[in-house]
Parts: sequence; C-alpha cells; structure tokens
Amino acid sequence: MQPLRAQRPTGRRDPAPSRMRYRYQRLMLTPGFRKLVKVGVPLLVVAGLIAGWTAREPNRLMIADAYNTTKSRIQQRDEFMVKVMTIDGADDTLAGDIRTVLPLEFPSSNFDLDLEDMRQIVAALPAVADATLRVRPGGILQVHVTQRIPVAVFRAPAGLKLIDAGGVLIRNIIVRADRSDLPLITGDGAREALAEGLEIYARAGPLAPRMRGVVRMGERRWDVILDTGQRILLPTNNPIAAFERVVALNQAQDLLERDVAVVDMRNPTRPTLRLNEQAVANLRQINADQEQE
Amino acid sequence: MRDLYQSQRAMRNMRQAAMQRGVIAILDVGSSKIACLVLRFDGPEQFSAKDSGGDGVGSMAGQSSFRVIGAATTRSRGVRFGEVEAMAETERAVRTAVQAAQKMANVRVDHVIACLSGGRPRSYGLDGQVDVQGQVVTEGDIGRVLAECEIPDIGEGREVLHAQPINFALDHRSGLADPRGQIGATLTTDMHMMTVEASIIENLLYCIKRCDLELAGIASSAYASGISSLVEDEQELGAACIDMGGGSTGISIFMRKHMIYSDSVRMGGDHVTSDISMGLQVAPAMAERIKTFYGGVLATGMDDREMIEVGSNTGDWERDRRTVSRAELIGIMRPRVEEILEEVRVRLDAAGFEHLPSQQIVLTGGGSQIPGLDGLATKILGQQVRLGRPLRVQGLPQAATGSAFSAAVGLSLFAANPQDEWWDFDIPAEKYPARSFKRAVRWFRENW
Repeated sequence: MQPLRAQRPTGRRDPAPSRMRYRYQRLMLTPGFRKLVKVGVPLLVVAGLIAGWTAREPNRLMIADAYNTTKSRIQQRDEFMVKVMTIDGADDTLAGDIRTVLPLEFPSSNFDLDLEDMRQIVAALPAVADATLRVRPGGILQVHVTQRIPVAVFRAPAGLKLIDAGGVLIRNIIVRADRSDLPLITGDGAREALAEGLEIYARAGPLAPRMRGVVRMGERRWDVILDTGQRILLPTNNPIAAFERVVALNQAQDLLERDVAVVDMRNPTRPTLRLNEQAVANLRQINADQEQE
Repeated sequence: MRDLYQSQRAMRNMRQAAMQRGVIAILDVGSSKIACLVLRFDGPEQFSAKDSGGDGVGSMAGQSSFRVIGAATTRSRGVRFGEVEAMAETERAVRTAVQAAQKMANVRVDHVIACLSGGRPRSYGLDGQVDVQGQVVTEGDIGRVLAECEIPDIGEGREVLHAQPINFALDHRSGLADPRGQIGATLTTDMHMMTVEASIIENLLYCIKRCDLELAGIASSAYASGISSLVEDEQELGAACIDMGGGSTGISIFMRKHMIYSDSVRMGGDHVTSDISMGLQVAPAMAERIKTFYGGVLATGMDDREMIEVGSNTGDWERDRRTVSRAELIGIMRPRVEEILEEVRVRLDAAGFEHLPSQQIVLTGGGSQIPGLDGLATKILGQQVRLGRPLRVQGLPQAATGSAFSAAVGLSLFAANPQDEWWDFDIPAEKYPARSFKRAVRWFRENW
C-alpha cells in the first residue's frame, strides 16, 4: 500500500499542480475573470491613485496653476497679441467716443478680447448705425463703424439734438447755429413723423430761407414757423399739398410778406388768415375810408 | 434501467451543452499514461462531401468538425488494469494532464468525455420484437422495440456502458440500418449491450468531479480505439481491434460499422515491464526504459551480440555495470506477449470471431509498438494482422499521433459523432405510468 500521507520520494519533483493552483489556473482561464484582472484591476488601481492624489487640496491647486500658466503662456505669445486699434468710418468725435467706451489696454491677447461683446458696446453708441470688429494679422484690432447721418436738428425740452433719418437722436449740439444747414424740427411726436417734416422742408422752395422750423402739434399735424413768427397751420391729412398751396400763394401774391400772423390751412376748403392787431386796425381804417368816399 | 436512462441522457445533454460552448476535453485514463485533449468545435464541418469534388467522400467520422487545440500527456499514477486504484494519485495525474492541456489551449474546459479500459467489460447480444403500430415504422416504434429487448441478468453492481442497436429487421428483411419510414408489420432489432462494474465508473466519475470537471460522456476505450484505428472498410466488413494498453488489453469487434462485441484481457505492457524488472533485477522505471529502447519479440543472431547496460539503482550503483544481451531481453518479453495474444485469441474464439466473413485484426495501443509484434501476432491470431495507428485529426500534435493515442483520438471522434444509443430514443409511451391523456388521444385516433 502506498503511504497515505502525500510523501514524495525526494529528488523527484511531483509535476502535479496542487488543488489550489489548479483551481487558480482554471479561474485565470475564465474569460470574464481574466478580463477583470487584466483590465479592471489596473484601471482601478490607476483611478485610485489619481483620486487619492487629487484628494489633496495643494495638488489640485498645483494642477490648476500649471494649467493656467500654460494657457496664458500660449495666449501671451507674440502672434496672438493685439497692439493697436484702428477705427475707420468714424469722425474724430465718434472715434474718441469709441476709444472711451472700449476700455482696452494694449497690448492684450487675442483670447482676452470678446469681439462680439465689444461690437455690441460700440453699436450701442447713439452715433453708430452699425459696427464690425475684427483682428487683422499683425495685431491690429480693426473697428469699422457706419456712422449715423444727421438729417435734422431736433429741439427737445432739454436742448438741441441731431437726429437721423430713422428718428434716432445722435448727439447734443449747443446752439442752432452749429448746424444751420439742417432743418429744425420739434414738437411731441415729431421724431415718429420725421419723414413728413423733412418733406415739408423740401417743398419750401423760395420760402426755405425764411423757415425757422416745423412743429408737430398734438402728435397729428404740423405747423411751419417762419422767421417773423408767422405760422402756417397745416392739416392732418395731406399737409404737403396744403403747404404747396401756401408756397404758391406766397409766390403769386406775396402773402407772407404782408402783416399776417397765421395762415390756417387746417380746413382745406376754407383757408383762413389771421392778421396782426395793427393790420386789422389798418384794414378797418381803410374800409371805413372807402365807405366815406 | 430507468435511472440508467436518466444518467446517460443527462450526460448526452451535457455533451450537447459542451458542443454549444465549443470546447470539450477528452480524457483517456489509462494504466500507463493519462492523456487529455482539448477539442474546439467550429460549427459545421469544413470539408463537406460536396466540397471534395462531389465524389461523396466526406469526413468519415466527423473528424473535420473539430480541432485539437490542446494536448497533454502525463505518466499515470494510481491506475491499475485501467481502474482507479489510488484516488488521490489519480486525481493528481488527471489534474496535471488537464492543466497542461488547458494551458496549451489557453481556454478553460468544464466538460470532459472519459474512457475507461478496465471494469471487466462484458458483452451481451439482445433482441426484441414488436408489431409496428400503423403503416410505417416511426421513431416511437424503434423506441418500443428497443424497450422490448429482454435485459439479461447483468449481475449485481454492474452498469450498462453502451447499448447500441446494431441491426433492424422488418418482417423478413434484415440488415436495415434505419427502418424509419419503411412499411412493414413486425420490427425486430438486435442490440449490443456492454456492461462494466459500476464501482469502476463511480470511482472515475468521482475522480473527475474532484478535478472540478463535469463528465459529459463515457465510453469504453476498446470501442474508442476501434473507431479511430479501424479504417472504414474494416469497420464495414468486420474486424477486431486489439488495443494493447498498459494494464489491460481491450478487444472490440466491429461489423457493419457497429461494435458487436467487446472484451478485455487484464494484461498489458505493464506486465511485460514487471517481467523485465524481475528477470533482470532492475527497477521498474529502468525496466520500462529498457523495454521501450531495446524491446522486441523476434530474436535474431544479431541480438546475441547486442549488449544492453542495465545499470540500476541497486544501492551499489557505482559498480552496477551489468549487461544483458538483447536476445535475453527478448527471451523475457516474448512469453508474456505471447500469453497476452493467446488470451486475446481465446476471447476472440469465445466471441465466434472465426465465423465473421473478414478475419482482419488490427493491433493498436502503446503495446503494439514492440518491434516484431506483427510477426508474432500473425502466428497466433491469423494471417490478416496489421498494426493500426489512429486517424489523423486536425491540430493533433505530432507527439500524440502514435498508436498509444488511438483511444484518445477515437474518443474525440466519438464526441464529434456519437452513435445512436438506446437512450437516445424516447421511452415508449406505455412505459410511462401516468400518460393517460396521451393514451386517450391515441385510442380516440385509432377508433375513429
């Protein structure tokens, strides 16, 4: 009988695997387990190490610092620096305004400039109709603005302002004489009906030098004011035609050279004149004289 | 019989499951070596009949449907006469073989098909007869006729290892391989049943279970070597396969591609070794070495002059310079080999082998590699003797293509293409105690 205890003859190695070893090898040959050991465990270890390292605050700060340093080093490269700003399409006043509203310190990095934001700031200026910004090669920030063109002077309660065709107030002027080339418009609702007011100016013809301005009355109709204080009251409907009649009347009969205070055209079928008091008295006097004769 | 059905069917199901997974191990537990092959089944056969030029020669035994991806052999320990003698030793040897084969295959195997050569196999011829129900023979009829076979008294503590229907006869026509769908009245069958001692199977099963493996099939090694080393013609026309193993010599007789008889002689190469060991006064390991290097069974004049050194571990080993002539060695080996072959002859005669149309005998197994054995066997067994080597299968390493591996290769073929056994057919309905509903349906169908 063989010895019951596993007693191997010395010198001769038993090739048989032990039971644990056999089971271990079979376990390692199981595909799922092998994948777990060969992929899962290293993954877990690496993830654990990373997590453990980043759990410390100084390490996290170190990573953030290194990241920021690298980022700024790249952004501060010469190729990305913007050194100059050029503005075209704007007069000196507006250019100055733009330089004021865009608080840029040159040189600064291309990455630090938010062009869309800056464009909106520039476009928000009253005098600017439209703006485009771009960074040109060579580190030049090019601001291209389309300026609003003043078409009239608007007298607001606060003072005189320039106004463009769209009714947008551009900027203040101090005295009317600064822009005497532009027509003066005033009154509530005048900015909304600006085109009509300008049309009246355009049709003034020989009357133009005498025109002081047009006034929007009651947000529905226009008064034309002449330099002598005379008023031409235009109707709500068809004011242009009414004004042309007045102009024609003036050409034919020198209507406005006379001592007339108001030409009331509000009722087109019945134009009315109001004379000055002196003129009325004179007229009565003349009439009385003629009756006596 | 009922639990045999169950256990064998369970094994068959497990084999199916293993085939689904694609990997199965073959374990040949022999007395001299334990071989383990790992097979991978790649689905359908690679070389089908129509690919080979349409000449109808497909793979003969399904050997192209699998590939050997791992093979390992280890010296057997604790096995005598093909039976487990020392469980722990055997278990260790099986572990060694399985581990090495797994390592080579780089895949884990859970299912194993084993073969055993011991257990005193006994063959029985059974027959059964039954009236065909209805016009044509159905699978149910075959199940019934198989169940109708009268089981002889196989003895206490024995178990059926194989039970294969080998012939069907329908009325007066005999020799039908597959009677299904044929028209007839009386169906007769011949069945070959092989029994071994139950305790041997149980020991082997327990041993395999201790290695964390599941048994997916079990076969006789004589049968397995017959499958692999007999060529197709020999299987068809009738031949005997003599598997000369270490501890026992298996005999299987094939006819019409079925094993019709099986037996074993409880003598083998280990006895030759022990004869040499005793005769030359050397250690068994040395005797084994001398046998494999210089052994033979036919002495010539040259052998008298060829001296063999038998230096051995005698305790005085530095001075052990004994030599023997090869003729002396042959003189020791030959009587034992003759005895084995005589015993085989007796068994073949008892089986009535001389009545078969073909008297072909194929010697295989490790013991058949003794030089001159075919000449000696011709004198004892008859003229038609050849040495057989197992069929070539894909992926088998060169070292495992020798005749010592015919049982392992045969078992692979058995795994790939098992023969119909008794338990593959359904148990007929009337054997079930509570199937009244089915019987009612049948009564209804028959009487309307």
